[in-house]
Amino acid sequence: MMETPQAAAATDLAVTPATPSASPWLRFAARRLGQLLASALVLVTASFLIIHLIPGDPVRAALGLNASQELVNTRRAQLGLNDPLWLQYAHYLKDLFTGHFGTSISSGLPVSQVIGQRLPFTLELAGYSFVVAVLISVPIGLILGVLTRNARRPGLELAATTVTVVVAAIPGFLLAVGLIYVFGVTLHWVPVAGQSGFTSYLLPIAAMALGPIAILVRILRIEVLAALRADYVRTARAKRLPDWRVYLLHVLPNALTATLTIGGLLLSAMVAGTVLVENVFAWPGLGQTIVQSIVSKDYPVVQGIVLVYGTGVLLVNLVVDVALALLDPRSTIRES
Amino acid sequence: MLRRTVSSPLGVASGILLALILLLAIFAPLLWTAQANALDVINMRQGPSAKHWLGTNILGQDIFYRVLVASRLSVGLALAATAIGVGAGLVLGTAPVILGRRAGRFITSVINVAVAFPALLLALFFAVIFGVGAQGALLAVGFASAPAFARLVRTLSASVAGLDYIAAARIAGVSRFRLLTRHVLPNIGEPLIVNATIAAGDALLSFAGLSFLGLGVQAPSYDWGQLLNDGLQDIYTRPAEALGPGVAVVVAGLAFNLFGEALAVGLGNSVPRLGKLRSALAAAAAKSKAAVQQPSSRTAAGDAVLHVRDLEVAFPGGVHPVRGVSFTVHQGEAVGLVGESGSGKSLTALAVSRLLEDPAHVAAAELTLLGQDLRTAGGGTAGGGAAGGGTGAGRGRAAGALPDRELRRFLGTKAGLVFQDPMTSFNPVKRIGTQLAEVAAEHHGLSRRQAAERAVDRLRAVRIPRPEHRARQFPHELSGGMRQRAMIGMAVMGEPALVIADEPTTALDVTVQRQVLRLLKSIQAAGDMALLFISHDITVVSQVCDRVLVMYAGKIVETLSADGLAGARHPYTRALLAAVPSMETPREEPLAVIPGRPADPANLPAGCAFAARCAFASAKCRAEDPALVAGDSGHEVACWHVDQVLAVEPTAAVPADALIADPESVNAPQVAGEPS
Repeated sequence: MMETPQAAAATDLAVTPATPSASPWLRFAARRLGQLLASALVLVTASFLIIHLIPGDPVRAALGLNASQELVNTRRAQLGLNDPLWLQYAHYLKDLFTGHFGTSISSGLPVSQVIGQRLPFTLELAGYSFVVAVLISVPIGLILGVLTRNARRPGLELAATTVTVVVAAIPGFLLAVGLIYVFGVTLHWVPVAGQSGFTSYLLPIAAMALGPIAILVRILRIEVLAALRADYVRTARAKRLPDWRVYLLHVLPNALTATLTIGGLLLSAMVAGTVLVENVFAWPGLGQTIVQSIVSKDYPVVQGIVLVYGTGVLLVNLVVDVALALLDPRSTIRES
Repeated sequence: MLRRTVSSPLGVASGILLALILLLAIFAPLLWTAQANALDVINMRQGPSAKHWLGTNILGQDIFYRVLVASRLSVGLALAATAIGVGAGLVLGTAPVILGRRAGRFITSVINVAVAFPALLLALFFAVIFGVGAQGALLAVGFASAPAFARLVRTLSASVAGLDYIAAARIAGVSRFRLLTRHVLPNIGEPLIVNATIAAGDALLSFAGLSFLGLGVQAPSYDWGQLLNDGLQDIYTRPAEALGPGVAVVVAGLAFNLFGEALAVGLGNSVPRLGKLRSALAAAAAKSKAAVQQPSSRTAAGDAVLHVRDLEVAFPGGVHPVRGVSFTVHQGEAVGLVGESGSGKSLTALAVSRLLEDPAHVAAAELTLLGQDLRTAGGGTAGGGAAGGGTGAGRGRAAGALPDRELRRFLGTKAGLVFQDPMTSFNPVKRIGTQLAEVAAEHHGLSRRQAAERAVDRLRAVRIPRPEHRARQFPHELSGGMRQRAMIGMAVMGEPALVIADEPTTALDVTVQRQVLRLLKSIQAAGDMALLFISHDITVVSQVCDRVLVMYAGKIVETLSADGLAGARHPYTRALLAAVPSMETPREEPLAVIPGRPADPANLPAGCAFAARCAFASAKCRAEDPALVAGDSGHEVACWHVDQVLAVEPTAAVPADALIADPESVNAPQVAGEPS
């Protein structure tokens, strides 16, 4: 896309040929899909290797020392652990494609059923938390940026920076403990654990969302300040648009593109954050299940849940990249 | 790095906190292990008391001492995990350099995939493999941070590897391994330490998380996460048991994080102290607001479109870049405002178009567009007033002043602006058509569709080929020249009586410049508009304009017709003209320049601001500032020595070597914060 000045001058006069508008998008899609497949392959391989990387016999570890050797042998045969490694890998891939995630060693239930029961709760928690985080941080970040532009209101700026730095440094599960203490134990406003009705959502979502809100507010404020200094904002003001139009239609979209990259990282970190927060609140999601399964060495369940979390992260990254491409038309071309 | 870190308050505070935590981790187990493990059977599961500050656990052990003693395991494990992460990261990150291309690329791409996953998820994955317990968690947290370090090392060493001395060492035949250990690694040490400090804080939090989940430290050993796990079960009855270790984790994590941030600041550029600067600005602004001139209600006569009298722009701190500028632009007239950078010409344009914001302070005795007073009551609109313009332009609002909303509409339809850099002046994420249509939708009450049609029509008017297609494109898809045409199209979306073009061709290359100038001129002539054209280039101005205003140090020093440039009387105007090379300029001689630097608006001399650079300057020039005096046929000039100047042959008016610059003015710094 880089044009020499002469070329630019030439196209200026001549009728420019139709720009290949579809091709950058196609190239973007192809590149991004290839990236996704490569990542998925790494993820699946890592999940497959879990059972082979642990020291000792995974079946013996899962069934305990008291289990008879016959039972261990039977289970090993059932799981196909006696086959050569490449064959096991091939079977693993085939099973994944046909939707078979294996069977829980401890409960005997299909792993897909275990995940099916628990996943909706985790999705709910992560999804609501992200939406809440975005809905709260975007207006606050924009307003703080506008209020502190041109080094105005240094007191407000200092307060905002201090609060966001401190809150961002506290991990979700410790915030959860603090929130439980304040709102559950001291004030008795909300239940401290479990999943029962609307109020039981408040603390887990708050614990999940507060850290990301702090980080997003901080980044967004800085991006808004940068956008407010940009020439195109002066142009927008020269059009005599009302302030709110300048901020919402010209400043915000530009500030958001930069924020979105970090936002994507936060969202994928949220996927992992649910593990801890769920365990604080006894939330019946995947987080509790994976911890129990790790402790009880129920490897097929662990493998399945690792795949789910990993896929979640990959999907989030994909969505963020696509959103970025849509929001900032330059980014699709810049990368190629 | 360390010295600069220590000089910042944040660095000092977090450094002291971190030192205390490290001391605690070293000495607490030596001092208080007995108290922490003592079983007090009578006081099992008690709340805080004088004897047990944070209460006791299920075995009657003192929580407070256990939190203190647990600091060693918590901090120690975090540091060990970080060491593992840095070590593994160094190996993985430098492997591509040592192993050669193919293996290197494989490792790099696996790292790139791994980095996309959150560290906590990686830690869980490794915890499965390495097993439950302190040792497994240590390896898990360590390896989980390895991909991030690997990428950091890779990026840093790639940036170092491109440097000349590495290339020189390579040519000298230094082996790859030696190159790495002797030349690359020592140069990436500092950023690595900064990141390791922050990562240690993260490792501390991750470890607390794993232990809290029951996957890390196992009883009877205990770290903060494990204590937290124990305490959480009884948070209703004895909250202190959970809060104690929780607070310990947060404080220790913050200490590492903040110290790391402070190190990073010490490593990078020193951050400006905005707080102090800000209060100085505010104080100066308050002072200058006291000196606002009284407005007069008299408006310009005749066909004047823009009338400006005694326009002043001041910045806090005594910087006074525009000092009493007066001029009038008539209907259909093109007026050029010319001067060096820093002369105040762009600020004049922005002040006239009401686009200057705080902390700029604008005042004028008169400022009218089509007879309408443009001065507002100040402060702009509610909510901070970005669009309202500078504060206090004629604080005592004149009788004919409009409410803010109507002033916006008036300016939005009657005055169009064209800015210098079409690359940055369009919003990069909005389509060209949308950006043009916005004006019509806002001020003319057109529907979306009508506004879009008007935008295409205007693009056609500025001779953009296939305007329907271009309207749907984004700014980056247009060439520079085309973007500037679109900008001109945007300026004439309404039916402007005045177009202000601020260096509209400076960012364009010469061939495109010519086209854009021609377009601007023809649009202006077709619409019988007034044009205020700002440029540093006196030849460009003379091509476009009917009349030229020459600005120096915030004042107009000469106004003359564009045809009469040869008869320029002010030494500065003559110097500007002499600095323009022509076809006849002898090529063997150096080009004429104006010696010295433009006057510093923060530090103006008492007399004529040009005196320091002027060959004709006398004692009178240095003492008294000459006023703008009208001569024949609208020619005005502000100089004490017009007669002497005229006696000299114009082309030889300012031989560069004849002028000796005043050393003080040469050293004077440029004004900061002035928009160019």
